[in-house]
Amino acid sequence: MIAIRDKAPEREDIETLLPWHAAGTLSRRDAERVEQALATDAELARRYELVREELAETIHLNETLGAPSARAMQKLFAAIDAESANENRRTSFDFGGWLAGLIEQVSPRTLAWSAAAAGLAIVLQAGLLAGFFVTERGATYQTASYDHTTSTPQGAFALVRFNPEANAADITKFFAAHKATLVEGPQPGGVYRIRVAPTALSQSELAKVVAQMSEDKGVVAFIVPARSQQ
Amino acid sequence: MQATSDEALISRIAAGDRLAMQVLFARHHVRVYRFVLRLVGGNATLAEDLISDVFLDVWRQAAKFEARSAASTWLLAIARFKALSALRRKPDEELDEETAEAIEDLSDDPEVTAQKKDKGEILRKCLTALSPEHREIIDLVYYHEKSVEEVASIVGIPEATVKTRMFYARKKLSELLKAAGVDRGWP
Repeated sequence: MIAIRDKAPEREDIETLLPWHAAGTLSRRDAERVEQALATDAELARRYELVREELAETIHLNETLGAPSARAMQKLFAAIDAESANENRRTSFDFGGWLAGLIEQVSPRTLAWSAAAAGLAIVLQAGLLAGFFVTERGATYQTASYDHTTSTPQGAFALVRFNPEANAADITKFFAAHKATLVEGPQPGGVYRIRVAPTALSQSELAKVVAQMSEDKGVVAFIVPARSQQ
Repeated sequence: MQATSDEALISRIAAGDRLAMQVLFARHHVRVYRFVLRLVGGNATLAEDLISDVFLDVWRQAAKFEARSAASTWLLAIARFKALSALRRKPDEELDEETAEAIEDLSDDPEVTAQKKDKGEILRKCLTALSPEHREIIDLVYYHEKSVEEVASIVGIPEATVKTRMFYARKKLSELLKAAGVDRGWP
């Protein structure tokens, strides 16, 4: 019924490859097979000319289809801009990631599940911090850890690195005992910026507060006074 | 100076580079549009909407591109999926208006048609009268220069089926030509 079935398998195979040979998309090996067959088979060569006609007219037809209007590109980039805006709102303040990083930094690697409850206190700290950033900085949300572009809260500050053996509960108690709040971090080296007093302190007063905090060896690895403005 | 490869552009797109997206779009959108336009029977508005969707998918999925195939093959595969999905949502009677017109035109009077049009024009008319399935494979092989493997990847069929489908598409084309008064002596 169909001519392709009546031919020898090799020729049949070669004939099915003719369109790809005309388009130049055959492997080198197959292209050589086709070339050899075309050189010795006049009927196959005639059919190859038909393929070449089809190729030429298919290209001609497609090239006359024109191009899309600028609307397609405008629609695409409007959608991309809309997605990017949504993405920024979702991720600029990556609270979950920030909190996870914080807990990882401040807790020993052996932090037990029993410490999870204590972690709630850290969540509260972080929540206050997030609230601060959202309310103080309006719609321009920034990653708390690395925002150095806007005004810092009033008060006295210190830079602290927590003891790797301290767990979240220890740190929470530390904050409560010293009426301190977490401002930002971790910065390089696992250092956090904390507020140690709600108002600015003199250099000596701040040094005294920092010295008291440094006594809590179970929580504090090191602590130094920080400038009020960054 | 060598142009940035499609693969490099897609890597940059995965990182949110909007300019890379513009370059990739400029490089491929016309061919993708023409491929889609043929699939949707010449509906230019629908084709434009679809290519926006295709490239938006690229923006969203760029990180998943594994460069096992050419970027153009990936784009055409996405485009094909979008076009067929859109066609499934449309009533059947709207699908192939252009094809129907072409067939109608061809059935007028083969001899007269052959006299008044050159062979190339008749061949192009017959190409538009093929079924979407045959039209698609002919376009992919001849116009989009896709290998057997690439067509198999885009259409989602085995390589052997690609070859036989192309054969039958060409056979059908010859039959349409014969009906239009052009006997090529094959098959």
